[in-house]
Amino acid sequence: MRAPATDLPLVLDRVSLQAGATVILDQISLAIVQGPPTLIVGPNGSGKTSLLRLCLGLVQPTTGRISWGGRTDAAPLRRALVFQRPVMLRRSVAANVDYALSHAGIARGGRPERIDDLLERVGLSALAARPARRLSGGEQQRLALARALARDPEILLLDEPTASLDPAATRAVEDIVLMAAQSGIKVVMSSHDLGQVRRLAGDVIFLVHGRLRERSRAIDFLETPATPEAAAFVRGELVL
Amino acid sequence: MIASGDATLFAIVRLSLAVSLAAVALSAVIGMPLGAALALLRFPGRAAVVICLNALMGLPPVVVGLAVYLLLSRSGPLGSLGLLFTPSAMVIAQTLLIVPIIAALTRQTIEDLWVEYRDEMAAMAVGPVGRIATLLWDARISLLTALLAGFGRAAAEVGAVMIVGGNIDGFTRTMTTAVALETSKGNLPLALGLGLILLGIVLAINAAAWAMRAWSERLGV
Repeated sequence: MRAPATDLPLVLDRVSLQAGATVILDQISLAIVQGPPTLIVGPNGSGKTSLLRLCLGLVQPTTGRISWGGRTDAAPLRRALVFQRPVMLRRSVAANVDYALSHAGIARGGRPERIDDLLERVGLSALAARPARRLSGGEQQRLALARALARDPEILLLDEPTASLDPAATRAVEDIVLMAAQSGIKVVMSSHDLGQVRRLAGDVIFLVHGRLRERSRAIDFLETPATPEAAAFVRGELVL
Repeated sequence: MIASGDATLFAIVRLSLAVSLAAVALSAVIGMPLGAALALLRFPGRAAVVICLNALMGLPPVVVGLAVYLLLSRSGPLGSLGLLFTPSAMVIAQTLLIVPIIAALTRQTIEDLWVEYRDEMAAMAVGPVGRIATLLWDARISLLTALLAGFGRAAAEVGAVMIVGGNIDGFTRTMTTAVALETSKGNLPLALGLGLILLGIVLAINAAAWAMRAWSERLGV
């Protein structure tokens, strides 16, 4: 089922993104390789969402180059993105997953089994027939995760998936993300929650005002931050 | 009169419904792809086209009737087809009248949905054909409402069918033209009977549109 081509490593080479005169991302160079989850942290407006969109191939950099496993064509073959506010298709929960599977190239005959399996993984089996837009925020986020996992991704990108969720819903989403990471999927997730960094991160990308200020192992980032902004962030102060 | 099943009356109702339904079917085939294309394509002058289309929703039926009359009259460009004062001419006139309604409502619906779905479909690598199919399917309830709006307009208008149909007894007489004629003749029972049926049809259409909305909201689609 898996395509032979790989999307890893994901390499950004001096990537900048501008909207008009505004610089959103400024000369970012980094490589994302197989391993535990990478968390992109930083204050609002630091460019986290734009970085994820670039990583998926949804937007093109203004300057610089992105490559996935050495390829520069942007088709998101083995990448999936869960948006901060995912859009539910006007269909049932199961039909949402079916849609994702069909556009991931899964033949109709193989889908019912995969739908059951994916809904099981995100704990939505009991709600399969419910209209997706009737789900709670946490349930919608889990359905978005099921749709993303339907693409059988090598890289799973998540944009602050727990930003507006309560602790129980956050826990449910984090459990699914950890399970995905343990099954060998490279998780890249943005967050501005220090606790989430402690719970999930293998390594950290720290962005401030569109600049890459720090790239380190999570433990180093949390214990010996190299920049004053990172130190302030880790102390729980407001980084503006 | 309605209860006694007057044959003349029912022939008139049948013709009215047949003409308006044909016009709606034709308008759906023309208007929906037009609206969807206008929603998804970007070209110079697009804003002007959208404004004109929206303005055409309020097209006066008598003006459409006059235009189709000139087109189909014996000395007009399409006069050789001999369509003037036939039900076909009435279908053409009503189609011209409601294509803008269906196209404009389709454009608005599809464009709103596209803004909402765009990123998600790009992330799922949905191709161009798949995108259009998804948008049309997920907008199905709103699109059906657009068709009902078109049908309501077609069934209730009198100016266009009067001019191009000629209100010929037993051939091109519709509910609206018959009401106009019978009222001026003083035959109020027939006029009232037809008026009631017409009112009932318009009411039924609006009830159907409302029920569909309510049903879709309950299902969350």
